Amino acid sequence: MADVIDHPSRTAATDARTTSGYNFAYLDEQTKRMIRRAILKGVAVPGYQVPFGSREMPLPYGWGTGGIQVTAAVIGPDDTLKVIDQGADDTTNAVNIRSFFAKTAGVATTDRTVEATVIQTRHRIPETPLSENQILVYQVPIPEPLRWLEPRETETRKMHALEEYGAMHVSLYEDIAKYGRITKSYNYPVRVNGRYVMSPSPIPKFDNPKMDRMAALQLFGAGREKRIYAVPPYTKVKSLDFEDHPFTIESWEQSCSLCGAGDSYLDEVVTDDKGGKMYVCSDSDFCEQRRAAGHVGDGGDSAYATRDKIPSGDEQ
Amino acid sequence: MYVAVKGGEKAIANSQKLLAEERRGNHKVPELSLDQIREQMSLAVDRVMTEGSLYDPELAALAIKQARGDLQEAIFLLRAYRTTLPRFGDGEPIDTAEMAVRRRISATYKDLPGGQVLGPSFDYTHRLLDFALAAGDNRPAAEIAEAPVEGGMPRVTEILNYEGLIETEQPGNDSEPVFDLTRNSPRYPAERAARLQNLARGDEGFILALGYSTQRGYGNNHPFAGEIRMGEVAVEFSPEELGFPIEIGEITVTECQMINQFKGSASQPPQFTQGYGLTFGHCERKAMSMALVDRALRAREFDEPIDAPAQDEEFVLAHSDNVEASGFVQHLKLPHYVDFQAELVTVRALRKAFEESVSDNVSDAAE
Amino acid sequence: MAVMTDIKPGFRDPVLDSQAVFRAVLDAMARPGKLHSLSVLDDVPAPLDAATAAVCLTLVDQDTPLWIGADLRSQGAEAFLKFHCGCPIVDDPAKAAFALTSAAKLPGLDGFAIGDDSYPETSTTVIVQTGGLAEGGEGLTLRGPGIADTHRLAVSGLRTGVWREWTENGVLFPCGIDLILVHGATLAALPRTTTVTEQEG
Repeated sequence: MADVIDHPSRTAATDARTTSGYNFAYLDEQTKRMIRRAILKGVAVPGYQVPFGSREMPLPYGWGTGGIQVTAAVIGPDDTLKVIDQGADDTTNAVNIRSFFAKTAGVATTDRTVEATVIQTRHRIPETPLSENQILVYQVPIPEPLRWLEPRETETRKMHALEEYGAMHVSLYEDIAKYGRITKSYNYPVRVNGRYVMSPSPIPKFDNPKMDRMAALQLFGAGREKRIYAVPPYTKVKSLDFEDHPFTIESWEQSCSLCGAGDSYLDEVVTDDKGGKMYVCSDSDFCEQRRAAGHVGDGGDSAYATRDKIPSGDEQ
Repeated sequence: MYVAVKGGEKAIANSQKLLAEERRGNHKVPELSLDQIREQMSLAVDRVMTEGSLYDPELAALAIKQARGDLQEAIFLLRAYRTTLPRFGDGEPIDTAEMAVRRRISATYKDLPGGQVLGPSFDYTHRLLDFALAAGDNRPAAEIAEAPVEGGMPRVTEILNYEGLIETEQPGNDSEPVFDLTRNSPRYPAERAARLQNLARGDEGFILALGYSTQRGYGNNHPFAGEIRMGEVAVEFSPEELGFPIEIGEITVTECQMINQFKGSASQPPQFTQGYGLTFGHCERKAMSMALVDRALRAREFDEPIDAPAQDEEFVLAHSDNVEASGFVQHLKLPHYVDFQAELVTVRALRKAFEESVSDNVSDAAE
Repeated sequence: MAVMTDIKPGFRDPVLDSQAVFRAVLDAMARPGKLHSLSVLDDVPAPLDAATAAVCLTLVDQDTPLWIGADLRSQGAEAFLKFHCGCPIVDDPAKAAFALTSAAKLPGLDGFAIGDDSYPETSTTVIVQTGGLAEGGEGLTLRGPGIADTHRLAVSGLRTGVWREWTENGVLFPCGIDLILVHGATLAALPRTTTVTEQEG
């Protein structure tokens, strides 16, 4: 057999293994196998929460340990990783998780949605539609959509097994009776492929429609609660609603002050203590790409129109 | 302000530098050595080993130093390290009847074979701040006995068992592997092995409060401290290639056996029941609390009504772990502004609808 | 018993090779019927296909009992799997987490573990060595999660009656087995959600 010349990405992966003192992507191989088996079962039973032997990670529970374990089991040296929190690549926790994988797996990282092969996210789905070549990994705090109605695992497991979701519909309907509409604004429950009711993780309901028939594979990891679940590509994901009260998403009268986008999810930024505020895209890459393409917003508060020139956290 | 919520890698690095500085404190004060922590903060080390579920006093001392004395943080450090360790196999069960006892007390008998051995204990200290200690510890070392405490200390439960007065512990099935909480997701109802592992790793404060609640009537099970013993036991391991167990070391453990209210049935004469607690090192409060909660969690087994928090298996097991609890409580400081924005949009829309309906009503009334 | 030197080598790089194989299996399971070619093992013990061996090295270990059909059992194959995977080998397919079988001797699908409604993940993943796999054109029409509209896949060498049993397997959802179809170094997967139509315009 001819000598095999190592691909440069393999060399980087090997380097990462030796310098960190831990295995590639931190987890040991037995743990990865266990997680990989759970992921495959999750894909085979869309929306069902597969129990797995979640490990203690070097980051606290509740800070993305489920997503990190899924990413660690999935990622390889040829991948390009993007990590976002609240839609942005530069939030502290996103920075921290990205550097964890850069250190332990030596993988390439990116802020660009289109360049990434694996995207780990907390609380958002990117605005740019995802492709077949991408995997979206969600960090999930409470995977059980019925938890708010029934705190007991023994009970909720039965409800899923029997497809007994009446209580969920009753609870949504009580909202309508009280407020005239369903008031759940994030972590809005969905039904996957007409069977399992699933928590989409605490994304705003604005993002729910993006899950429906998405071209990319969606994986969900809940570390503390020890559950993994999945939505295969092109799978029907329906937000729960009623015929007379169809599901709707948030909209703003304003558009992004920086790029002018009128169809993206907006963060409200408070500019003074007298009600002054402006709106900017929550998806930082989306906003950046639009600005690079020449789109401009109304500028909002002048201090924020130049926020790129404001000293960033790096200088603090 | 916008800057405050965005943090670069440099900001994280700087924060960590500051943390290290705070940990070190005043540089004029000599730095703590791991030996000092291990020897002079030994109960902290024991707690970190117990809840970190790793017996390594040296690493526990390091964790305590690194965590600036925050024991829950130290427990987390030890756990995160432990999870990366390769596994060679399962040790043989330790035999606490063969313990080299340093402390052994029973509240159920005035005297018993082997006697009461007070050992090192805060129990009868007067809780007076020792100002002499503040000035430095000049006490002479305690005299060492000529010979160790005599062996042959049967456990109180064995004494009771001789008369058939206490339920017999059912040995597990050797051919079935013992459930391992650190490798598997818990399933409810949980078997006792899983419950005991959970309680042993559980937060001392949480287990203490639950145990206390059973004494105050929330699931009372009339406990007597049958026996508490602390000392050294041998750890044995059977390597596959040898086929017989060899001793690989010695660990300190604290064991508590509670004797609880009796139970009988048409086919079985009344017998006392048991609750069990075991910790690494000397964690007596934890071992006792654990035994109380273990017994409370056996309510289902004894057909007792389950109406108190300490008897509620899912409630206890799902919330006992301080690494899980601390992480999730503290994750609330991560940014949630996307979800908060979603709530703002909803509340504003609801308020608008409310105001419109009020003004409609007002104009209706005016007509 | 085979001596150590008889055991064929495993992955050249166990960490990165198993990652690459897993990604292929994951994509196969997420996109039913899509073919993946592996290039990680070139010397595997007969009668195992390269893809069969690679999937086992990637997913099977001491925690996953393995069932092997009689015609895939050989001294070399069993020694290879025991040594590299450390898995218990079981005689009852209903007790297996993974099963290896040829397409011709595939047991009745109801003989494997199907899981239960509360824990549907406790079912068997069956790895089937076929006489050939081809995408598009003739063959079966696949529908279900992971498939945008329909996908065509031809599978050779299967005993008769499999697809009727597969339809019954689908009715069991969320219970049911999942299939990994293999030919040489090529694989495709059919999760329990995929519906298969044999002949269609």
